[in-house]
Amino acid sequence: MEQKTKINAEDGKQELVITREFYLQLELLFRAYIEPEIVEQWMGTKVLKLENKKHGSYQFETTDPKGNKHRFNGVIHEFVPNRKITRTFEMENAPFGVQLEVLEFEKLTDDTSKLNMHVIYESVAQRDQLLQLPFAKGINMAHNRLQDVVSKLR
Amino acid sequence: MLLRRDVFQAIADPTRRAILLLVASQSLTAGAIASNFDTARPTVSKHLQILTACELLEQEYNGREVYYHFNPKKLKEVADFIEPFRKMWDERFNKLETIMKKYKPKK
Repeated sequence: MEQKTKINAEDGKQELVITREFYLQLELLFRAYIEPEIVEQWMGTKVLKLENKKHGSYQFETTDPKGNKHRFNGVIHEFVPNRKITRTFEMENAPFGVQLEVLEFEKLTDDTSKLNMHVIYESVAQRDQLLQLPFAKGINMAHNRLQDVVSKLR
Repeated sequence: MLLRRDVFQAIADPTRRAILLLVASQSLTAGAIASNFDTARPTVSKHLQILTACELLEQEYNGREVYYHFNPKKLKEVADFIEPFRKMWDERFNKLETIMKKYKPKK
């Protein structure tokens, strides 16, 4: 089966491209990016601020299972409804620097659309480190589960 | 995690990537590998050592000769490493799609 979400991360480059096709009309896909209540649902985050305009900014806050809060923010550089959002993205209090995100929304048919997300990092090392985050988290979770099981054995 | 990081360090070097490409098609001795590079022999040996240490290469003894051959399983791990990141986005986008399919404009 073909994967719906594709990632192209070439070796040695400080960028990557995420593409995805949706069974949604273009306007609905774009709306999912600009309405705070909707962003909150699919990103699993709280939206503290979201100004959809050039020179606008946004700030999100997520709470991890341990109750720690993590904030993310960025500035919107370009905002073209139903077509394009160019923005920065930064994790607060994390050593990952700032990344540039170029989101392009494209109409395929009346009921389908496509998102092209081009992400540029400060360095190759930073990109690879960020790519590893969900992986590291998966390892940690497996490790914690193992610990739970083992501690119950005692 | 340490070993995995080593695999990435291993393939970050262009000479080591070239060695992997060479050995991927056929097993070769250290001498045969070195003859493909202008680099000094000890430098190539050092690269072979690193590639062997992180299991991208395996040594095979054939009489007095040591042949290096490629371990594709290890490289697959590198390819798999991006998978959790892809999955994370895939799950987010699936959610987005489900939410928006049910969405009714407020107006």
